[in-house]
Amino acid sequence: MEIGIALRNVLLGATLLGAVGGLVGSFALLRRQSLLGDALAHSALPGVCIAFLITGGKHPLAMLIGATVAGVIGSLFMVGVVRGSRIKEDAAIGIVLSVFFGAGIVLLTVIQRLPGGNKSGLDKFLFGQAATLMPEDVRTMSILALLVLVVVLLFYKELKLLAFDPAFGATLGLPMRAIEILLTTLLVVVVVVGLQMVGVVLMVAALVTPAAAARQWTQRLGWMLVAAAAFGASTGAAGALASAVVPGLPTGPAIVVLASAVLVLSLLFAPERGMIWGWVRAARLAARIRREHVLKDLYGVGERRGDWETAVPLDALAERRADSGRSTRRCVHRLVRGGELLEGGGGYRLSDAGRRLAEGVVRKHRLWELYLTRRLELAEDHVHRDAEDMEHVLSDEAVAELDALLGHPEVDPHGRPIPGGRAA
Amino acid sequence: MSPTVSILLVASLVAASCALVGTFLVLRRMALLGDAISHSVLPGIVLAFLISGERSTPAMMVGAGVLGVITVLLVETLNRTRRMASDASMGVVFPALFAIGVILVTRFASSVDLDLDCVLYGEIAYAPWDVLILGGRDLGPRGLWVGGVVLAIDLALVVGLFKELKLSTFDPGLAATLGFSPVLLHYLLMSAVSVTVVGSFEQVGAILVVAMLIVPPATAYLLTDRLGWMMGLSVVLGIASAVGGYGLARWWDSSIAGAIAVAAGGLFVLALLFSPRHGVVARQVHRSRLGLKLAGQLLMMHLDHQRAVEARGDLRRRFGWSERRLQRVTSRLLRVGWVREDRGGLSLTDAGRVAVQRAGGAELAHPVPEV
Repeated sequence: MEIGIALRNVLLGATLLGAVGGLVGSFALLRRQSLLGDALAHSALPGVCIAFLITGGKHPLAMLIGATVAGVIGSLFMVGVVRGSRIKEDAAIGIVLSVFFGAGIVLLTVIQRLPGGNKSGLDKFLFGQAATLMPEDVRTMSILALLVLVVVLLFYKELKLLAFDPAFGATLGLPMRAIEILLTTLLVVVVVVGLQMVGVVLMVAALVTPAAAARQWTQRLGWMLVAAAAFGASTGAAGALASAVVPGLPTGPAIVVLASAVLVLSLLFAPERGMIWGWVRAARLAARIRREHVLKDLYGVGERRGDWETAVPLDALAERRADSGRSTRRCVHRLVRGGELLEGGGGYRLSDAGRRLAEGVVRKHRLWELYLTRRLELAEDHVHRDAEDMEHVLSDEAVAELDALLGHPEVDPHGRPIPGGRAA
Repeated sequence: MSPTVSILLVASLVAASCALVGTFLVLRRMALLGDAISHSVLPGIVLAFLISGERSTPAMMVGAGVLGVITVLLVETLNRTRRMASDASMGVVFPALFAIGVILVTRFASSVDLDLDCVLYGEIAYAPWDVLILGGRDLGPRGLWVGGVVLAIDLALVVGLFKELKLSTFDPGLAATLGFSPVLLHYLLMSAVSVTVVGSFEQVGAILVVAMLIVPPATAYLLTDRLGWMMGLSVVLGIASAVGGYGLARWWDSSIAGAIAVAAGGLFVLALLFSPRHGVVARQVHRSRLGLKLAGQLLMMHLDHQRAVEARGDLRRRFGWSERRLQRVTSRLLRVGWVREDRGGLSLTDAGRVAVQRAGGAELAHPVPEV
């Protein structure tokens, strides 16, 4: 299928915007200035309008200059208000974005009442109108995107310092204020690139969302930048294609919704930081603890009776842990499958392997109790609760260390034998 | 009722409701949550349109109110995952919801009589002709009724829970120990913000709601240190912005909502510069006065130490002052009689010596009566 020229423009523009948005947005995100992009996008509007009023047309360069000047004025005003008064940063951002945007709306309505001229496309900056992209717009966007990329590569070290430790950068003698202004300027340029594509209101998402998604996948800035640019570019391209295929689907919102979906997936499934893995780890630990409790309970019964052959019924096991019968049954079945429990005689008993495992748990419990009473001089009746937790998490090395530290003891503080020692 | 009067009344009602809840947003450093909510209620409004099939205000209120609470919940859920900073959570949630709203509007544009531009900057100019008709009777502009109800809700919340809101804003820890639930108050406030945003949204557009929520309270914050005064001033400033902005819009023949935002911004800049206590000018004056006082103390201690007449030129060189600076420093000291000038030099009077010794420096800033 032949790709139409209009679609090619949109596709190229959206990909470029996504890439540089993710790149520069990553620095804003790390500096906790995610919403600065929002304020800059809103304050670009009056600049674009004034540029239009002066030049009488939609020259990309004039609008770029207008938006940049307005954005820089807005950010300087914001910094001035925060440093020079009691107004906090959130209110300062809100003031700049609403007042500048209000001024932009005033100018827009004034322009629309002017006679003649090619003014129709100007209000498309509010929500973006990718379909109106012209080849020369895309050319300007490409040049700007390339410029942003080069500047980020050239000043990578300085921007990294700005993101993580500006005070250290200052002690190295670097002009951190100038670097801050450089980053703000980069943000403004990206905003200008994105105005026609996603519009003022959704611009902040083009900056923040891919960067936030990329943050979940890596701890290293370099990789984060690559990932953010990749997420931005791919969601940009996919959004552009989707809006071309689905009738009535606007490009900007499509891109934002796709990028948000990537963020949700990243939050859930990214290796290490993904929340699913956290839940899985927690569930696995809980299941292991339940199994170890059953083994330990059976061990306790055997130890008290001096008889390891009598089966204990399921009800009794569930009752000991105040557990629902169902979760105990699941746990017991798993142990039977694993060969740690033997079924029969109206209940369950430990196999040899199960008994060794149980001894390990009991050994950890009793060694820890002994350690607490002997070394930390806690009362004997205060150590059980703590040992209930530690029996599941102590490593073999830690157990060996404890054993040596306590002189290879044979009984716990309550006078019960510590199983699995050297004698065994 | 003339169109001008009803436009001004609607705008003033919106300004007053926004000022009441906005005060707490600004003080709690949650100003941008108002911004976020005012954008993310869009899908709620559209869904309410689609479900109820008409422009019914109560349905829209419910739809938008639900989305407002969902926004707050989503932002806080993201914060709680500790995988994103709070500013990023906000910057991610509201564009996503707004984008969904825009898609809904565009896809169902034929069945929904909702204009996107209108959502952003409102159509308050049409407020006088959008009348509420109940049982065949014309009850006047709908905006007045909606605005009045929203203002009543906000007033009830703010007056009824003034003490609780005040405490949980300035000292959430103490509020919690005294048994007020900061979380409950937080959600009450957020619901009020949602209701306010929704009620104002249709009349004046999202952008003016944001401006009215944040700018007048921030302006009032520069003018007073008392919560009650701050709320009252915010309301007055909001209404003044509405009236002034309407005048500007008539003059420029432009969007009324945009002009009101600009007027509010103008009042903010005035307060920023000229507030008696927190303004830039007042701070500068205070700083230079303090500098003069300190310089005077320095000079007197030096003269006390030298116990001789010091030539003006020597003093200037010693402290690195210009002649003008030296004159400004000495003029007050000469006037109170702590320093005298003779034979082209300066020396301490007896009273000045007593003042230096008695005060040990610190109290020289405040002239002590002569012995």
